[in-house]
Amino acid sequence: MLDNLSLLFDLAPVFNIQLLLDGLFIGAIFALAAYGLALVWGVMNVKNLAQGDFVIMGGYIAYSLGEWGIHPILGLPLAIVVMFAFGWAVYVLVIRRVIDRDLFTSLLATFGIAIVVQQSLNLIYGPEVKIAESGFGIRSALDNQLTVSDIKVVSFVMAAALAIAVVVFMKRSRMGQAIRATAQDPRAAKIMGIDTDRVYAFTFALNAAICGAAGVLIAMIWVIQPFYGITHSIRSFVIVTAAGFGNLPGVIIAGLGLGVAEQYSGFVMGAEFQQATVVGLLVAVLVWRQIQQGRLRQVVQ
Amino acid sequence: MTAKNKQLLLCALILLAGIVAPFLFPNYTFQIAVLWVMILFALTWDIMGGQMGYNSLGNIFFFGAGMYICAVIQIGLFYNVGDYTSAYGAVKVDFTPGQYYLGLVLGILASAVVSALFAVIFGWIVFGLRGPYFAIGTLGVAIAAGELVGAWDWLGGGSGISMPTYPGEPDDRALLFYFLCFGSAVATFAFLRVLYATRFKLAINAIRDDEAKAEAMGIHTLRFKIVAWSIAAFFLGISGAIYGNMSGFIEPLEVAFPTVTFGIFMVLMALLGGKGTLWGPVLGATLFHVIKEVTWTHLLGWQWVALGLLIIINVVYFQQGLLGWAQEKWPEAFGIRVDEPESADDNAARRAAE
Amino acid sequence: MKFNTLPGRAQGFSRLVMAGAAVGLLAAGSAQAKIEGDTIVLGSAISLTGKYATNGVHAQNGYDLAVRKINEGGGVKVDGKSYKLKVVYYDDESTPARGAQLAERLIKQDGVQFMLGPYSSGLTKAIAPVTEKYKIPMVEAEGASRSLFTQGYKYLFAVLSTSEQYLASAIDLAAEMAEKEGRKPSDVKIAMAFENDPFSLDVRAGVVDDAKKYGMKVVIDDKLPRDLSDMSATLTKAKALKPDLLIVSGHSKGAATAVRQINEMKIDIPMIAMTHCEAAKVTDKFGAGANDILCSTQWAETLSYEDEMFGTAAEFHEEFKANFEGYTTVPYQSAQAAAAVMVWKDAFERANSFEIDKVRDAIAATDMQTFYGPIRFSEAGNNIAKPMVLRQIQGGSYNVVAPSKWASHPLNFPREAGF
Repeated sequence: MLDNLSLLFDLAPVFNIQLLLDGLFIGAIFALAAYGLALVWGVMNVKNLAQGDFVIMGGYIAYSLGEWGIHPILGLPLAIVVMFAFGWAVYVLVIRRVIDRDLFTSLLATFGIAIVVQQSLNLIYGPEVKIAESGFGIRSALDNQLTVSDIKVVSFVMAAALAIAVVVFMKRSRMGQAIRATAQDPRAAKIMGIDTDRVYAFTFALNAAICGAAGVLIAMIWVIQPFYGITHSIRSFVIVTAAGFGNLPGVIIAGLGLGVAEQYSGFVMGAEFQQATVVGLLVAVLVWRQIQQGRLRQVVQ
Repeated sequence: MTAKNKQLLLCALILLAGIVAPFLFPNYTFQIAVLWVMILFALTWDIMGGQMGYNSLGNIFFFGAGMYICAVIQIGLFYNVGDYTSAYGAVKVDFTPGQYYLGLVLGILASAVVSALFAVIFGWIVFGLRGPYFAIGTLGVAIAAGELVGAWDWLGGGSGISMPTYPGEPDDRALLFYFLCFGSAVATFAFLRVLYATRFKLAINAIRDDEAKAEAMGIHTLRFKIVAWSIAAFFLGISGAIYGNMSGFIEPLEVAFPTVTFGIFMVLMALLGGKGTLWGPVLGATLFHVIKEVTWTHLLGWQWVALGLLIIINVVYFQQGLLGWAQEKWPEAFGIRVDEPESADDNAARRAAE
Repeated sequence: MKFNTLPGRAQGFSRLVMAGAAVGLLAAGSAQAKIEGDTIVLGSAISLTGKYATNGVHAQNGYDLAVRKINEGGGVKVDGKSYKLKVVYYDDESTPARGAQLAERLIKQDGVQFMLGPYSSGLTKAIAPVTEKYKIPMVEAEGASRSLFTQGYKYLFAVLSTSEQYLASAIDLAAEMAEKEGRKPSDVKIAMAFENDPFSLDVRAGVVDDAKKYGMKVVIDDKLPRDLSDMSATLTKAKALKPDLLIVSGHSKGAATAVRQINEMKIDIPMIAMTHCEAAKVTDKFGAGANDILCSTQWAETLSYEDEMFGTAAEFHEEFKANFEGYTTVPYQSAQAAAAVMVWKDAFERANSFEIDKVRDAIAATDMQTFYGPIRFSEAGNNIAKPMVLRQIQGGSYNVVAPSKWASHPLNFPREAGF
């Protein structure tokens, strides 16, 4: 462990750049999925444990396109459309009925959805890992010491573009305004003539679409497998809990930070701690939040 | 026959069935033993989830902790644990019967006590979390525990630990572990039955209904929460220790900390039977386990999809569970007196509370 | 359902069980082993449903083909008489507890006294204590974990190589290449990434031992998480430390992830060795990107092994494909299962008796050549004569490059990266 640290600081500091770049590129995609979670959490107060499984579904859309001989990057618009419809259907069938119930209900219901999604994917595609090959080139510098594949750059740009599009949509469009109004005060929104049920459906569908898009990018950068959803879900929860859900810049910073933290922990402590770091951060963030809250409560006492 | 007598008769019948079952169906001893483990799971989850309103997704942590604590004690009493595990199961260690039984008894006791201690320690950390944060936080603790044990070479890491082998005949072994599972489930039930007749139940019910008011009434909520969780941890630790020995080989992700199978099953079983009741978890676990065992191998991969759907349907459409539903329908059968005007008041109060 | 694909099995099976039970009762008490008229009955619990079902069926097909072949070729000759072979199967549902139960049932209720192994190390671990308890010899073909052979079992024999040998010849190759370059083998630096599961860690233990033998230095020793989708941090470390040999083992997901990221990060290491390349279909997925990667296998149809019954490895391959539908390449799981049945035939004939202890000693003294490779058991019961072979992906096809005795192609060294 110390050897690895000295490697970074003394022997080959150039690899810091590699780790940072890898972390930032992948972190951007984490942030995208986390933003979707922040949306449903903030607007509907639903904690979606199937978040990561929506991401993986998007990945399989890209993979299927690749199998049919179509370039997987075209899966991006397709995944957005398909997942939007899927999200709407899930809302109508399940989420609508749990939205007014206590929070644990929505947590368990979405957990059930997660199991159904991953097991169905397993039956359709089998448990082997799949990849969607972008076929893009690889850039390198400093005698191959630094490498960046074009697909990472492309997906970084795509993720940014999607985020901007969603923000503009939320600010400018009627639906976006309705969503924000509902988030602030659902009862008042209802009185003002906003069809909150439709707003909720749209929000949930939008989240699924965002996740699907993130999944398309993940499948082209990493590998996908039916059961990989849970780690993506946990990542989203870490990011949103750390950043708070009304806070887009916070989500982006936390997402990028998590990407970098994972790379560094994998490098310094070994790959076996890469996943543990994510979960550990989740627990740490929750505890930290609680200490903050504890302070608030003391004032009241 | 009074309701109380009826219940006693039911208990006696179940006890009798539990005792003769392994002799009547020797081929199913293992499956029935797992049924008792499932009943214990559902009962212990319900202490927190049903009676106190704290829905934990990470109770499986205590199960895995108990399993590993017991293994460490059993091996560590006579050998160096690091040497035993670092050989990746490649050394054969013989335990004399005396060593085996001593290790097993001490291991089970230690698992119970240390698991309860873990509950106290983690209780200080996670009990500030409310609602879904508590569920996510406890889930995080359980997943993190699995990952960390998997990275901990002294405990065998991802290759797990081969438990000491039972010194006698295989049939005796099956019976021993059957009765340990049976006994621990019965003990849990009996303990909870006594406990739920005391003020303790009223206090944790008050926490469920309104924690702030309960605190204002002078109930030391944190203390009650920690005690309740420790009780669950105590019995889960025991069942982990027994289960680890019964299966003979333990490893972190699929045997000790299976958050997405056993960890969710316990919630589902309690909900299915009716949470917040004593018999609900027993009923739910029995139904769930029997249906699962009967249908599992015939569904050819679809069983997991069916499980997910069952969770959704259970949670969305039928959350009060079987007993909850029956209680609403025939309250008299449960010894609940329904006075018309009072219940109207109750309804009004409930509406106001909502 | 499963009987539709195997017509006639159900009826024959139940009759066999009945007859087995009857004869078992009669035979109880006498030391004479279980023979029905002119048929020797072998028993096996095998995974026909559950998570190991695919490979369980591969193994069953291997057993069946060898039994059919032996019976057609005149059967097993013992004491001047010709006997036929028969296998009683039970489905263990891929669960160890069930497997142990069924082994008990085969031995106690059906009176079977000669066992064939189940599929996977886990099931073998569960069944071996039972067969050992009743002193019933078992020849198994699918349990590779070396912990099976340190328990002092006297009645367990395995025809396959144990898991710690999977990548051992890669270490030998690295040492050989270092010497060729005029360096000491102890100068070789090894980077390792093994999945954190029992099988891969068993493979790792073998690699660590071999590396120690040469005094090689392990510079990276990462354990990959089970839900692995990214190993770029490990590979970045590899880039910084410039090892001479990179070893990755993590089932097919490990192989797929590694090959993809090795290309993407332009990792230029002279020798890269893995397990499960074939299962991960790395040549289809990555084309030239998988070039010159070394992959280990128990058996390959291109090997020059040969016996009198099946002929060469290639001939077995053809015959198997002709007998069972749906195979383009015969998995090594089937080949080793067939070899296990051949061990039984050989042992019966040499023992010239059905007395259990004589047969057991005959198995222990086995020294034969088969299409699957040479078979000779150590004291512990594992096959020490058959090496694992290492194949290199050369221009999209798998060519055997090590050990040199079996090599059909020279090793490409250093690895020419496909980027």
